[in-house]
Amino acid sequence: MSTRTFRVWRGDAEGGDFAEFDVAVNEGEVVLDVVHRIQAEQAPDLAVRWNCKAGKCGSCSAEVNGMPRLMCMTRMNLFAEGEPVTITPLRTFPVVRDLVTDVSFNYEKARQMPAFAPPADLKPGEYRMQQVDVERSQEFRKCIECFLCQNTCHVVRDHEENKPPFSGPRLFIRAAELDMHPLDARDDRREAAQDEQGLGYCNITKCCTEVCPEHIKITDNAIIPMKERVAGDRYDPLVWLGRKIFRKDKKPA
Amino acid sequence: MSDNHTEVEHLACDVLVIGAGGAGLRAAVEARLAGKTVIVISKSLFGKAHTVMAEGGAAAAMGNVNANDNWQVHFRDTMRGGKFLNNYRMAELHAQEAPDRIWELETYGALFDRTADGKISQRNFGGHEYPRLAHVGDRTGLELIRTLQQKLVSLQQDDEEAGEPAEKLQVIDETTITELFVENGAVKGAFGYRRGTGRFMAIAAPAIVLATGGIGRSFKVTSNSWEYTGDGHALALRAGASLINMEFIQFHPTGMVWPPSVRGILVTESVRGDGGVLKNSDGERFMFNYIPEVFKAQYADNPDEADRWYTDPDTNRRPPELLPRDEVARAINSEVKAGRGTEHGGVYLDIASRRSAEYITERLPSMYHQFKELADVDITAEPMEVGPTCHYIMGGIEVDAETAASSVTGLYAAGEVSGGMHGSNRLGGNSLSDLLVFGKRAGEFAAEHATATEPPKLSDDEIAAAQADALRPFANDGENPYELQAALQAINGRLVGIIRKAGELEEALTELEALRPRIENVTAVGGRAYNPGWHLALDLRNMYVCSVATAKAALERDESRGGHTREDAPGMDPEWRRINLVATLDGGELALARQDVPSMTPELLGLFDTSELAKYMTPEEYRSTEAEDA
Amino acid sequence: MTTTEDSAVSSPPRAAVKARNLRIDNWRRGPILTVLGITAWVAYATFRVFYQGDYWVADYHYLTPFYSPCVSVACVPESAHFGRFLPDHPLIPYAALSLPFLLAFRLTCYYYRKAYYRSFWLSPPACAVPDGHAKYTGETRFPLIMQNFHRYFFYAAAIISVINTWDAVLAMHSPDGFGLGLGNLVLWANVVLLWCYTLGCHSCRHVMGGRLKHFSKHPVRYRFWTVSSALNARHMMWAWITLASLALTDFYVMAVAAGWITDLRFIG
Repeated sequence: MSTRTFRVWRGDAEGGDFAEFDVAVNEGEVVLDVVHRIQAEQAPDLAVRWNCKAGKCGSCSAEVNGMPRLMCMTRMNLFAEGEPVTITPLRTFPVVRDLVTDVSFNYEKARQMPAFAPPADLKPGEYRMQQVDVERSQEFRKCIECFLCQNTCHVVRDHEENKPPFSGPRLFIRAAELDMHPLDARDDRREAAQDEQGLGYCNITKCCTEVCPEHIKITDNAIIPMKERVAGDRYDPLVWLGRKIFRKDKKPA
Repeated sequence: MSDNHTEVEHLACDVLVIGAGGAGLRAAVEARLAGKTVIVISKSLFGKAHTVMAEGGAAAAMGNVNANDNWQVHFRDTMRGGKFLNNYRMAELHAQEAPDRIWELETYGALFDRTADGKISQRNFGGHEYPRLAHVGDRTGLELIRTLQQKLVSLQQDDEEAGEPAEKLQVIDETTITELFVENGAVKGAFGYRRGTGRFMAIAAPAIVLATGGIGRSFKVTSNSWEYTGDGHALALRAGASLINMEFIQFHPTGMVWPPSVRGILVTESVRGDGGVLKNSDGERFMFNYIPEVFKAQYADNPDEADRWYTDPDTNRRPPELLPRDEVARAINSEVKAGRGTEHGGVYLDIASRRSAEYITERLPSMYHQFKELADVDITAEPMEVGPTCHYIMGGIEVDAETAASSVTGLYAAGEVSGGMHGSNRLGGNSLSDLLVFGKRAGEFAAEHATATEPPKLSDDEIAAAQADALRPFANDGENPYELQAALQAINGRLVGIIRKAGELEEALTELEALRPRIENVTAVGGRAYNPGWHLALDLRNMYVCSVATAKAALERDESRGGHTREDAPGMDPEWRRINLVATLDGGELALARQDVPSMTPELLGLFDTSELAKYMTPEEYRSTEAEDA
Repeated sequence: MTTTEDSAVSSPPRAAVKARNLRIDNWRRGPILTVLGITAWVAYATFRVFYQGDYWVADYHYLTPFYSPCVSVACVPESAHFGRFLPDHPLIPYAALSLPFLLAFRLTCYYYRKAYYRSFWLSPPACAVPDGHAKYTGETRFPLIMQNFHRYFFYAAAIISVINTWDAVLAMHSPDGFGLGLGNLVLWANVVLLWCYTLGCHSCRHVMGGRLKHFSKHPVRYRFWTVSSALNARHMMWAWITLASLALTDFYVMAVAAGWITDLRFIG
């Protein structure tokens, strides 16, 4: 056991500042354990959002020493002895209080995303899909909606004005998930991604992938394939030539 | 924050769903599809409910992997797992309807793992005779909650397209209900607060579905998230409903034990289903020593047969690691007590020496991830240290099997908060199917009830009283809620844990009684906006009343069955099998009564061998089938 | 950055954290190394491309990739496998037909985009470190919308990789006929690495099979996609290795051609 200094941002929409806590840290603990100890012993009203404390629900997102992380998955032995630990709320979203932010941006964007469209000719129980065909979409369904990717993405983090036209990485993987879903009946996913979700804003600098606690390859497996699918529809010379020659608008099989 | 957050916000709907886990969301879908106006109250953010923690899968006898499976076999397994204390009708409906509920999820966009012929893959699990659990790797709960969450969103989009107002289906997140309003034995609404602002809310509703989950936060070592404070159990009690089977708490045999900060976090049963075995510190695979008489026919008594079962389940008996959870938890407990535990007080769960690293990371990705990141253990190279953790309460609100209605008019319950379905012990995989089957039923019948009922009116007085009650902790001058929670957890962990004794349970009740005034005087400091101390102060009384119900019932039932083990009364007593212990609140005091367990129909009794029934029942109970067989 | 000084843009307000970033690790290292690496390479390549000499080893038929295909009228006739038609001018590289495509292929490559957006354009320099620009529209408008033409350049690069491979085949030569020297190993290594980079390109991955909805109905293309995906997972590594291998190959050929070193010969 050792004593560590924690600097925790406390405040609300009116303003705030860092509060310093000297707090005991035991072997094997994660940042959230220490925050809980601060709460139990020094600041009972310290606002922090958490649920499962096992990296499965994606509630305890915050920024630890400047990096967006899940507090429950940030082990204390990551930090050098004597190094202060600074915790701030997610920067991209409005602050509610202390470490809690208002993440409704993400839910609003999800609300605009057309849902899975079931195939008209199949009844429940008749769905047949091959494992190789569902695996790509399954990767994206690992998402625990911690919104660290949304928070880290500079498109909205550094440019508040981009929030209306830009849905963010979380919703791009949702678009990819549905576009790659073997039985989704809609064929406008990529158009929607480009024209309504703002896929073009992404400059693939990959911070979303870097911070994803589920290790989803957001950029390589979702965003770039979606950009490529859009490029295939709009910019591929061979596809364009094929359409001219064969006069057909072929959808991928 | 907002200008007028001191004013109570007034809302109304046809069906109010309290709880946004699997059961609550499924109920909401059903009620909305029935044309009702629905409000879902979520204690956390939308999509974070404890359902995400479910790993193994959802049990449904689809017969995709083994065609011999059908609802009768599933029913039989469920009754065996619950030691025949289950409400048989619930178990029957559950087994019959689970496949439809799973298939329906595919039409909402769920992507389960597949069999070679493209159907939903099913995996083996403790207590299930055939591979039965529809799954997605080991994150099935996440798939389920996300699917239902997205279904709700799609219903909202449908409403928008149809020109319906947004109020038709609302999810209000980060909101806790503190009280139900009741008039003449019928519910009429609820009172609560928004966490973010602390603003109060009163919702008038003729039908309410409770889907608040369990009570695990009353124990220190638990797999449950912070929300699991028995809110629904307590709300129902205070509204006049009854709880049954509160003594039955499932300790999942395999929780993490090291490091301390992750103690209790679940290690999915799939580790054992996929080949993991339990070993003590001598390296002995000890589960062969703990196969109870009633399970001898289904479980292998030697390692060779057990290992053959993974590839040839038809001609071999199952490995004893896959015994029902209560048996495995007790076995681990005994090994540790006998001094054969690991350094940190658990036993070893070893899959590393039995399966390839590739197989492990593919079949158990999130377990691999969890141990790597939380404990710095590579489960493909070394064994895990595991021990029992408080996981699930079989007991809960007494409900009608068909309609999920409680004894209070208009009040329904589904999922973990309801009781009866699982008897004295729940099989793994049955909780996800339970919450789908009964979530749907609760939504359906709540909608029906709302249709037949006039919209209720809430009075200013009752709202003011609920408000005063919720604000009391700010005026108190007692202790910090965190200390009191720790005290409560200590009592439960020490005296009402996995192995119980009459003397200790009496001691627990005495200590709980002493804790009562301290909890009543719990103090919150700071403001109302997002104040976790205040929230915990309000949750504490719910944890408290559930703890008392559990301790009282555990003391009363002097036998051992499923999730209730009495060291001073080992073994099952057929007389007790016929009895449910029913808890009610009587003038603020918890009262306990005995009530008969509904008796199975002859057709269902006929699904079992008489010799098996004889292990659980009194002769006159099972003889009726003998007569018919003859 | 809108969160702190200029809170008027963000409404409702974000947390008023004063520091623009709170990272204490060495996040500057990545962008600095990228700038140094790319600048050094571009300087060397520019010098070599306009140098117009020491690109061909007549005895062994070694042709540096920087001059392939050699299509200027000034090219040594034996080195010009595809004809000589471009005018000889100091500002027209001998391989002016392929170089612009190779440059564009790398310029629009998803990995290099990440690399130079972060390091040269500071947009953003590192994760959770503020963007260096007040306005940002990404790749939604001209000129960056042209990044979508990556596919064109991939097709061109694939053709050029075939040409480089052909160069490596022709270089198995000595004055006696067949030959093998250290230079051949260098040329072949470079070609193999170029293929690893080209076939692991995100566009290639899409064309191979990524565009399909049902892998199960196209087992062969699924195999191709799997291979391309495996290479793609290390695309950044191939991107840097091929920069190095191109420069080293060119340097080796130049050194032999200029007579600074003699090629180590195994056969012929």
